[in-house]
Amino acid sequence: MSEGLTWNVYDANTMTQADIYGEVLCQLGERDPKIVGLSADLAKSTKIGKFADKFPERFFNVGIAEQNLFGVAAGLAKAGLLPFVSTMAVFTTLRAAEQVRTDICYQNLSVKIIATHAGTSFGAAGTTHHCTEDLAVMRALANMTVIAPADGIETANAVKACVNYPGPVYIRIGRGFEPRCYENEDYGFEIGKSVLMHPGTDITLICCGVTVLQALEAAKYLKQNDGLSVRVLNMHTIKPLDAEAVLAAVRETRRIITFEDHNIQGGLGSAVADVIAASGKGCAFEKVGIPDCFCIVGYPEDLYSHYQFDTDGIIRKVKEVMGKDFEEDEDWEDEV
Amino acid sequence: MPITDQEIKELSAVARQLRKDIIDITYWAGGAHIGGAMSMAEMLVLLYYKYLNVDPKKPDWEERDRMVLSKGHGGVGYAPLLARKGYFEFDQLKEFNKFKSPFGMHLDGLKVKGVDVSTGSLGHGLPIAAGLALGARLQKKNWRTYCILGDGECNEGTNWEAAMTINHYKLTNLLTFVDRNKLMIDGTTEQIMGLEPFADKWKAFGFIVKEVNGHDFKELSAAIDFALSQNKAPVVIISHTIKGKGVDFMENEVKWHYGGLDTDSRDKAKQSVDRMYG
Repeated sequence: MSEGLTWNVYDANTMTQADIYGEVLCQLGERDPKIVGLSADLAKSTKIGKFADKFPERFFNVGIAEQNLFGVAAGLAKAGLLPFVSTMAVFTTLRAAEQVRTDICYQNLSVKIIATHAGTSFGAAGTTHHCTEDLAVMRALANMTVIAPADGIETANAVKACVNYPGPVYIRIGRGFEPRCYENEDYGFEIGKSVLMHPGTDITLICCGVTVLQALEAAKYLKQNDGLSVRVLNMHTIKPLDAEAVLAAVRETRRIITFEDHNIQGGLGSAVADVIAASGKGCAFEKVGIPDCFCIVGYPEDLYSHYQFDTDGIIRKVKEVMGKDFEEDEDWEDEV
Repeated sequence: MPITDQEIKELSAVARQLRKDIIDITYWAGGAHIGGAMSMAEMLVLLYYKYLNVDPKKPDWEERDRMVLSKGHGGVGYAPLLARKGYFEFDQLKEFNKFKSPFGMHLDGLKVKGVDVSTGSLGHGLPIAAGLALGARLQKKNWRTYCILGDGECNEGTNWEAAMTINHYKLTNLLTFVDRNKLMIDGTTEQIMGLEPFADKWKAFGFIVKEVNGHDFKELSAAIDFALSQNKAPVVIISHTIKGKGVDFMENEVKWHYGGLDTDSRDKAKQSVDRMYG
């Protein structure tokens, strides 16, 4: 997986996902002269500026003009280059949604979009800079691959993996520092394949992004203190979804909760729900995330707690779902 | 090289055929964006028959010049031109707009040979053209990018975002045209959302502006020759045209942005084209 790249895992203890992305892109840029970078006056914030510093002639700042940004990226891809584009998630997936759809996805161009400040990670900035809709929008675009890495190490893996992955790829990362869930890069990251973070047979927590570590901590706590066997899946790829892992969770644990830093409409939870519903199998199911409202203002850790996808919130939710009666009988009255 | 009288004669014959092709396809398809296809006929013909370095037998040839038809609804004019150039069989266009046809009103570059960029949503072409031009320059390629905008399309702010980019990066390997036919769907450009002073806007964005009669090969050709001969600043050719040009009952008529033809109106339209060429 590392393909000769020399990423130092220890840096993941102090660097943000975006910092790591910038470093990895520099390494990739050294090996592949076709890689070019683009931003819209957010080179510094998104850390694509590291690439810009190293390869100034291969970096294009189009100013504060996101629609133009993705159109220019499409043109560069058409010219045979491999564009990496970075701006905030909200401007990527909403302001420039049609350019991403029509210029990039419709033409099935290999443009790699690394969008920062996703979810509520820029919580203090307010709703204009939150992005709790991107997974829903990107998931609906044909040809698009959608990835939400769990930490900096997985960001490095995802950015490396997308280089040779066909077509457009959307990778959403946060703004600030998030603690890492992986020790190193060698855990078999593969686009479209979830990672089993914690084995379990009572219930499955399907997570992406910042919720993965929180769920992992919750699973450890629940095992130790409540004797619960909680499976945690890192569903880093929202599209194509690892349906096999979801179906195995339905079959083997019969209870599923999804956790995401995103509106519960249209994101990871909805993608998982599609698979469950189509399976025809019964399964207790809940979605946790931003409950179809505009997120309140606050620092990310306070927001994770407020919306109940921090470790304590996840523990409470697991107990709640475990306490509900769920059976395979014909009595619908007592089902969850 | 200045255009010769002989070339003009030959190009006129191509344009005459293109106008009749557009009429036929509009008839077959049951309706098409005929007005704006007619207004840009000379631009397309001149580019494809005199200037563009392309090879219809190798549509993906890396060194070819690129064309971005930003006014993608002009597909009914672009498709027959590509067919006559030899990118595909003309008879395929009898399926224009039909079920499972590769030819929708707005051409899909993944399905139609010769179409470099899929367009249709207005305001998308010029940013993509800017990206192509940047890409060519970065890779030290000599191929050029040509982009044809509609005038109504210039209401879209993305054109001006792209114009800033083109000027900022001095993309003189990109040549922009505006088909200034002065009509849009709901009325004239000046009634709906005034563009004037149009040339001044482009000048303010750093472009050298050439205004020409867009149906006059000589004027168009001189403007293109100028653009290709200098690299001081990007050039836009504002091509003053008549929407529906060649069909007397369509010319300058707002309602002929899009329309269908029956056998009678089809024949009358072709007779009108014949009269235009004398």
